[in-house]
Amino acid sequence: MTIADMIRVLRAKVLCGEDRLETMVYTACCSDLMSDVLAFVNEKTVLITGLTNPHVLRTADMLDLKCLVYARGKIPGEEILDQAREQGLVVITTRETAFTACGLLYEAGLRGVPIEWPESEARL
Amino acid sequence: MSSTLLHEDYPVEAEDYTRAGEASADIKRKLKQLGVSAGVLRRVSVASYEVELNLVIHSRGGVLSLEVTPERVLLVSADRGPGIPDLELAMREGWSTANETARSLGFGAGMGLPNMKRNADEFDIESQLGTGTTIRMGFLLS
Repeated sequence: MTIADMIRVLRAKVLCGEDRLETMVYTACCSDLMSDVLAFVNEKTVLITGLTNPHVLRTADMLDLKCLVYARGKIPGEEILDQAREQGLVVITTRETAFTACGLLYEAGLRGVPIEWPESEARL
Repeated sequence: MSSTLLHEDYPVEAEDYTRAGEASADIKRKLKQLGVSAGVLRRVSVASYEVELNLVIHSRGGVLSLEVTPERVLLVSADRGPGIPDLELAMREGWSTANETARSLGFGAGMGLPNMKRNADEFDIESQLGTGTTIRMGFLLS
């Protein structure tokens, strides 16, 4: 689906990156733990989060993420949006909770980003 | 000895959470300008951000250095202490001594050092209590 499709599914509002809404997305991940995102995410994907600090943007920059979805109607500060514009990142916000947002996107065809299991957890 | 294409030193202050990540963003930008491939760029970026965060969260401050030769990208993090008492434990996934501030920002899950090791082609860590920790990471360009 495209980011524009995600916006329709989530009844989301675009905060920045209006010119990139036709970008295709195939996978997503959801986390407030940037350590986990940095450790396991291996492709240019979508991050659904409730964390609005600048480190989410930094993490998105390091991983070349395509789109950031803020759940539960969160809106980051203007300086964070300025940073996102500079990075060319699409940022949207939805009133849905992170759980519901994930469910809606999964139902619409988006799948979880493939992750590499750390050795310590591989046996689970 | 390979010729050095680029060398930069980035001082990183302890507990400066606002600027944490600025050095890594600059490193990524410079490597992109040099035409480093997307795969290597991504691995260097993740490792660089992790090591920069470690300097901010755990050290008394230090320097993150970038060196690029035709063969490899080298990242060296050298801090002013306090040093790691048990390196084996520190390298274990899930082990963390990060404080509440770091955790509230989404870090301190104990993934930093193992994640650096996973992303780098060459990884070496030395630590001396009271003196400091030096981490060297190499990323092959060919």
